[in-house]
Amino acid sequence: MAAIVSRLERASTRAAPRRATADSPALKWTLLTLALGFLLVFLVLPLVAVFAEALRRGVGAYLEAFQDPDTFAAIRLTLIVAASVVPLNLLFGVAAAWAIAKYEFKGKALLTTFIDLPFAVSPVIAGLIYVLIFSAHGWFPPEAQQVLFKPFAAASGWLASQPGFLWLDPLAYWFEQPKIIFHTTGIVFATIFVTFPFVARELIPLMQAQGKDEEYAAVTLGASGWQTFRRVTLPNVKWGLFYGVILCNARAMGEFGAVAVVSGKIRGETTTMPLHIEILYNEYLFVSAFAVASLLALLALVTLVLKSAIEWAHSRRHA
Amino acid sequence: MSVIARNITKTFGAYTALADVSLEVPTGKLVALLGPSGSGKTTLLRIIAGLEFADPGSGRIDFHGQDVTDTPAGRRGVGFVFQHYALFRHMTVAQNIAFGLTVRPRKERPPQAKIDARVKELLKLIQLEDLGGRYPSQLSGGQRQRVALARALAVDPKVLLLDEPFGALDARVRKDLRRWLRHFQREIGVTTIFVTHDQEEALELADEVVVMNNAKIEQVGTPQEVYDQPASPFVIEFLGNVNRFAALGHPLPGAGGDALYVRPHDVDIQRDYKGEHGIRVRIEHVFSAGNYGRLALVRTDNHETIDAEISRARLAELGLRAGEEAWVVFRHIRLFPAEGKFTERDVVADDAAPAVADPGRGI
Repeated sequence: MAAIVSRLERASTRAAPRRATADSPALKWTLLTLALGFLLVFLVLPLVAVFAEALRRGVGAYLEAFQDPDTFAAIRLTLIVAASVVPLNLLFGVAAAWAIAKYEFKGKALLTTFIDLPFAVSPVIAGLIYVLIFSAHGWFPPEAQQVLFKPFAAASGWLASQPGFLWLDPLAYWFEQPKIIFHTTGIVFATIFVTFPFVARELIPLMQAQGKDEEYAAVTLGASGWQTFRRVTLPNVKWGLFYGVILCNARAMGEFGAVAVVSGKIRGETTTMPLHIEILYNEYLFVSAFAVASLLALLALVTLVLKSAIEWAHSRRHA
Repeated sequence: MSVIARNITKTFGAYTALADVSLEVPTGKLVALLGPSGSGKTTLLRIIAGLEFADPGSGRIDFHGQDVTDTPAGRRGVGFVFQHYALFRHMTVAQNIAFGLTVRPRKERPPQAKIDARVKELLKLIQLEDLGGRYPSQLSGGQRQRVALARALAVDPKVLLLDEPFGALDARVRKDLRRWLRHFQREIGVTTIFVTHDQEEALELADEVVVMNNAKIEQVGTPQEVYDQPASPFVIEFLGNVNRFAALGHPLPGAGGDALYVRPHDVDIQRDYKGEHGIRVRIEHVFSAGNYGRLALVRTDNHETIDAEISRARLAELGLRAGEEAWVVFRHIRLFPAEGKFTERDVVADDAAPAVADPGRGI
């Protein structure tokens, strides 16, 4: 009896609840401080610096920076590149993820490895590859392109001359006078290379985890291939897909190295925002440089907010 | 709707999943494909469903005399229920059930009101009337499985195929659902084939059991037939517990090098035995919780273990304790000639089986 009482007493006087991981609080706080300090020095401070520098001479000077036609052209080009690259990589990413997750075929491991290639290769190399292939002294110079694209030029030219197809005219013109290096096309190519893992990488593990049973179920219930994709596969991966797209978009707008090599940095023509920032900075136009930089930083913040929103919506749905 | 599969061979690379398998399922029957994992049972089911296809040039599938070998799954008129339900996770229960009707081409699609009525009717059938608006993640395992069944039934399948339908459920739910499925299959009378590795489930549920092993069918028969007249050592070992002996150590006709099988419930235990068919054993352990008394025995001559099952009354009467010695006598022995010599079913020595019967007792 006495033993029980004393044990009860001991139990009630014990201060902190016992935990399975008995690490000391000191270690916990050291790690936390380290992580937060690192974050502050390497991420938060630079971000704050960008906005501080951009607004150093006041809001008027900040807004004036955007009046420059070259800045405007850079923003426009960046949007055009992103608008071309993201849909193409969306298509490619879905196709690749579908093939890898749902089918068995030879060379699957190889394809999976190749999708990761852009993560492993320096973007500058990616740009150089395109220069090596498509420049005037490359393997596939503009003269050869012109010959090869002749039939396409004829076909698209004819199509553009039909009523309602006038919008195809630029395409026909491009096929006639193909320009890749030092041109928007080259920038798009290089950006595709750099950003193509994003959508596929996001979808592959998701689709693999979900397996094929739902698709099989849809098929036995009489759904066609397209119905199965649209009504079963796509809704199941929509959050992952959206996530992949915003990451792909952020990278497409921010890419510097690969684009720098293929663009030739023709001011007002082939400079995207990151390239334009560098030019402004090198010309000591700090306010303008940081003003444009603040736009890219803003894009990063929007991306992060969207990403968190998606994760939140997703976890709520599957709670 | 009868289902006939003829000469089905299926290989995955170097691995043979099905080797020239033929099967006939009569209209309205509930048939179990029973076997260990890797025996080819699920592959056979998927080939019948049209989710896999037999090797080119091999085999043929008929539904009610109509060749469906090359018909895609969606047009075979089968309902398929997956082991892990495969419910569409982003759709409600009602949307899941309606799916098969809503994907029909516009001309064949019933009007929305009819679809709704059908969904309601099926929800009632599976006793989930109030849960039509829930998502699959909000249901229990047993409820999900019933929704999967309702979804398969919504399109009025001619054949219902179930892959390990109770495999992912806990024991109690499994038992209830099993009974419910049996009742319900009798009621609507749809030809049903289900895959299981659980012999108890197959024996309890099916009209006919197809025992499969190593890409082949070992035996087809009613539960009674496959249990009482097993066609091969595999069948007797797979269906229920059994003691296997290389030799008994006392004279038995034709027992040289053969395999002998005795079910635990055919083992009788006696304290004193004077006959010539007794085997001396030591009692290792007595399990007396449950419907039967179960004993783990060890032969004193060669230390082979023997499992025995006797009634609790008999156990109490004998009053046996671990460590004691006793005699066992086999009431019924099944004998299969040594492997290699084994040829189909004529060697199933049913007539030779009761060769050793205890003359003293007539239970």
